[in-house]
Amino acid sequence: MNWHMKKKRKSVLNPNIENILSVKEILSGNKLAGARVIRLIEENDPQAFELLKQLYPYSGKAFIIGITGSPGVGKSTLINSMIQEFRKLDKKTAVVAVDPSSPVSGGAILGDRIRMQKHATDENVFIRSMASRGEKGGLSRAAKDAVIVLDTMGYEIIIIETVGAGQGEFEIANLAHSIGIVTIPGAGDGMQAVKAGILEKGDIFIVNKSDKPDVDQTLHQLNMMLEMRNSSRTDFQTTTGTDWTPKVLKTSAQNGNGVKEVVDTFLSHFDFMEKNNTFDTKKDEMEILYFNALLKDLALEKLLKYIKTSDRYVETIKEIQSCKIDPLSAAELLTDKLIER
Amino acid sequence: MGVAKYIKDEKGAIQEVTYQSGIKVKSSYGPEDLEKAGFEYDKDLGQPGEYPFTRSLHPLSYRSRAWTTRQYTGFGTPAETNERFKLMIKNGQNGLNVAFDLPTQMGYDSDHPLAQGEVGRVGMAIDSLKDFETAFAGIPLDKIGSGLTINAVATIMMAMYQATAEKFGYSKNQISTTPQNDILKEMIGRGAWIFPVEHGVRLVGDSIEYAVKELPRSNPVSLCGYHIRESGATPAQEIAYAFSIAKDYIANVTQRGIKPEDFVGRFSFNFNVYGNLWEQIAKFRAARKLWAIMLKEEYGVTDKKKLFLRGLFGGGGSGLTKEQPENNIMRSAYYALGAALSGAQTTALCSFDEAYTIPTPRSALLSLRTLEMLMDEVGLRDTVDPLAGSYFIETLTLEMEEKILEEMKDVEKWGGMTKAISSGFIQRKISAQAYKYEKGLQSGEYKKVGLNQSTEDGEAEKTDVELHEYNEEWAEKSKANLKELKRTRNDQEVSQSLAALEKAARGSDNVMPHLVKCCHAYATVGEMAGVFREVFGEWNEPDFY
Amino acid sequence: MKTTKKIRVLIAKPGLDGHDKGAKIVCLALRDAGMEVIYSGLHQTLDQIIQTATEEAVDVIGLSIMSGAHLPICEKLLAMMKEKGLDDIHLTVGGVIPYQDIPQLKEMGVAQVFPGGVSFEHIVTGINALETGEK
Ligand SMILES: Nc1nc2c(ncn2[C@@H]2O[C@H](COP(=O)(O)OP(=O)(O)O)[C@@H](O)[C@H]2O)c(=O)[nH]1
Ligand SMILES: [Mg+2]
Repeated sequence: MNWHMKKKRKSVLNPNIENILSVKEILSGNKLAGARVIRLIEENDPQAFELLKQLYPYSGKAFIIGITGSPGVGKSTLINSMIQEFRKLDKKTAVVAVDPSSPVSGGAILGDRIRMQKHATDENVFIRSMASRGEKGGLSRAAKDAVIVLDTMGYEIIIIETVGAGQGEFEIANLAHSIGIVTIPGAGDGMQAVKAGILEKGDIFIVNKSDKPDVDQTLHQLNMMLEMRNSSRTDFQTTTGTDWTPKVLKTSAQNGNGVKEVVDTFLSHFDFMEKNNTFDTKKDEMEILYFNALLKDLALEKLLKYIKTSDRYVETIKEIQSCKIDPLSAAELLTDKLIER
Repeated sequence: MGVAKYIKDEKGAIQEVTYQSGIKVKSSYGPEDLEKAGFEYDKDLGQPGEYPFTRSLHPLSYRSRAWTTRQYTGFGTPAETNERFKLMIKNGQNGLNVAFDLPTQMGYDSDHPLAQGEVGRVGMAIDSLKDFETAFAGIPLDKIGSGLTINAVATIMMAMYQATAEKFGYSKNQISTTPQNDILKEMIGRGAWIFPVEHGVRLVGDSIEYAVKELPRSNPVSLCGYHIRESGATPAQEIAYAFSIAKDYIANVTQRGIKPEDFVGRFSFNFNVYGNLWEQIAKFRAARKLWAIMLKEEYGVTDKKKLFLRGLFGGGGSGLTKEQPENNIMRSAYYALGAALSGAQTTALCSFDEAYTIPTPRSALLSLRTLEMLMDEVGLRDTVDPLAGSYFIETLTLEMEEKILEEMKDVEKWGGMTKAISSGFIQRKISAQAYKYEKGLQSGEYKKVGLNQSTEDGEAEKTDVELHEYNEEWAEKSKANLKELKRTRNDQEVSQSLAALEKAARGSDNVMPHLVKCCHAYATVGEMAGVFREVFGEWNEPDFY
Repeated sequence: MKTTKKIRVLIAKPGLDGHDKGAKIVCLALRDAGMEVIYSGLHQTLDQIIQTATEEAVDVIGLSIMSGAHLPICEKLLAMMKEKGLDDIHLTVGGVIPYQDIPQLKEMGVAQVFPGGVSFEHIVTGINALETGEK
């Protein structure tokens, strides 16, 4: 049985939809337009790149929050309750929720949204599920670009949900201004994730499911770990007092307990960064990281295309096949030649 | 070749048979198999009607009484349901089984936006006591018992039933009702849940406690392995999960200082007959035995009658096909044979058109006739437990017992059913199984006549069946009645009783007496369920994949 | 830039019916066919379905209806889709659907009907065909 049809599909856009795909519509917050642009971004459509270039100057207004932690700790449930709190403060709120793609089929079931579905009909809330599509860290450029679109649509708060911190160019720390790491009571699961190197990245540590036993023990452990982290740091920010001391909070996301504190703490982290002028520094850093990542993508793509269409490439292949040169030397030679030019 | 897995050699001879529950079946059985399985007559079988009841609950079984059958009634408005009830009683039924529409099941009144298009569709629409009064008018509630097919708001319907009886001049000691009231199975299977797991279980506990203290003739819970099986569980899991669910309900009630002996005799069960014939028979025999042993050894229940696994073994809905629907008539007859061979006390069959909609009167009648034939025509009443002593059946029954216990241990690892459901463990396991089985059906790995074998071409397969019509007027009538009710009732009484209900829900007082008061004050189902929604919140279903 | 298209499907359960085995196994089958599936969860209003389809920019909405209310639900949803500019999204419906209702559903504008019991292959091919523009 061949379920996968290999035929080329028609564009996701029909002609009358194309009219609304304009910078103007997106800036006015048109959900249909924004959603379709994000879809094009995800599909690497050249049209999206053009639009993004025009939109970029309007971005940079939103406060971007990353929520990360192992599957099942309650991130989506927590975000659901956070939306509620942000809406009480009358903030337009958007969510980009990333779930892993199936390594076998490339498909995915995107289930984060179910937890937030009660906000589906709120005009001022936008929720977008996204599959990781094979990115190791769980985040791809599409997530970053989607955030840009949502930002220009006027969402003041943008929350990104992802499992784990990742390692790629688009890891959560490079995408969000403030990072919440979610764990659950019980030393096993939750703490494992914290230990796995993401301790450094967290601004707020959230012990969710505090309705379960052993919360205090987990809180205590986390506090100890953070103390150690702080005492071992001697970098510039620590010594100048502009370093944010990570906070540890507990929530029961299911019934909303403690979620207001989480939201308040994120907002006070924002204020803290503004006051200490670290917010702009952070944004600058993020911008350069974005540039570098784009550069890497485009350089790779364009240069490869250039090489592969050259006569030299065809010759080199022949040389390898006839054992005149080994693949290692050949690759080195070709790239060196390119740089010489 | 049905639900089991068959491996054949190149000549088409069967080499290996594996049942859904994971039991391998040999080509033949002999005394050595019984010996190997450690079979002992007294311990494992015993006399009919004697502990551990493997053979039957009563010494003479069908000789003394043929099985009883139950039909599901209730559709449209309470007035129409009342007419149906009366007709059925006239035809000799001594029990009613009431179906409710989806808005009622989900605790919404007929005028709720989510009720649109659903009022009276799959059962009777109930907004307030007024509707119950209409539905049960002229029914002798001291003689006729009523099953109430409702779960999330079963407490409300039980209270409604009591209030109705009281309005009609009966005392609560006289009435007999059996609400389904198995919220945990809804969370595994049928999806008609509202409140978070632990609050759902608390409400079940409240209703059991109340029945023990106040409703001597009512059976507060009917545990439905049936729906668990329909969602993709194996026969062994069907029994194991129903028993694990029962254990959690028992735990909730014993916490309140009530002894298991005082209430487990009021539990009844609803199990499925669809599947491999032998596996079903072994399942029912093993289940009767395990239930009795569990109650006796684990819970110290001593009264023999309280060890009975009572209930309805029937249905078979997911065995039916949409293709060649008439085949379902024969198919159901074989399912019923399995139930008869395992000594089912009560039974009912799905109608052949059930894959489409609620059964038409004609198809319901065909089911009834099928059951009559088994009892009165072909000889299933002749002797008790005719398969007893079969090398195969006795070995299989012991193996089934093992499998059921294994599955129960699996649940125990999660700390019991409530936790296993909260974490999504059961749901993930069952949906993965359902998916795998469905793929097997589609690839022809599992044979199904009319579906992947002996199929007919094109349009011939798509036989039209007679369908039950939905009447838009039902909703209009219900809404009009509701409006009138809200205009005429005593608002102060309503708000006071609802406030008292809220207080009980927030605390640990039993909600039942408060619900009865709310019903008498003509508070609506939506208002009472609304109080629970406010206090308990709604369940956040875990991931199924 | 290399485009990477994947079909996105919203599987939705409108109304109060909770029989979700069918919806769930179809989600699994579509995932295994390489599609990205957004599952709405139970008890959705048509407004929620419309908003979800809008924000998630899906290609296909797959309704799962077992209560018998497929005709009025589809009719209303199609009207809402039109009003909200979602008329390029294909509406499909599955569940307990009598064969005799299929012509009426198609007439209304439902792109594909998958009555209970049709194979996963049929559903996957059907959805793929919608996306390649073949009917
Ligand atoms: N007991 C408890 N369960 C929770 C809490 N928050 C979430 N859950 C449950 O944990 C499961 C996973 O939640 P989800 O938000 O999907 O986790 P995620 O994978 O991290 O996004 C769901 O079944 C939730 O209902 C909480 O505070 N307490
Ligand atoms: Mg999540």
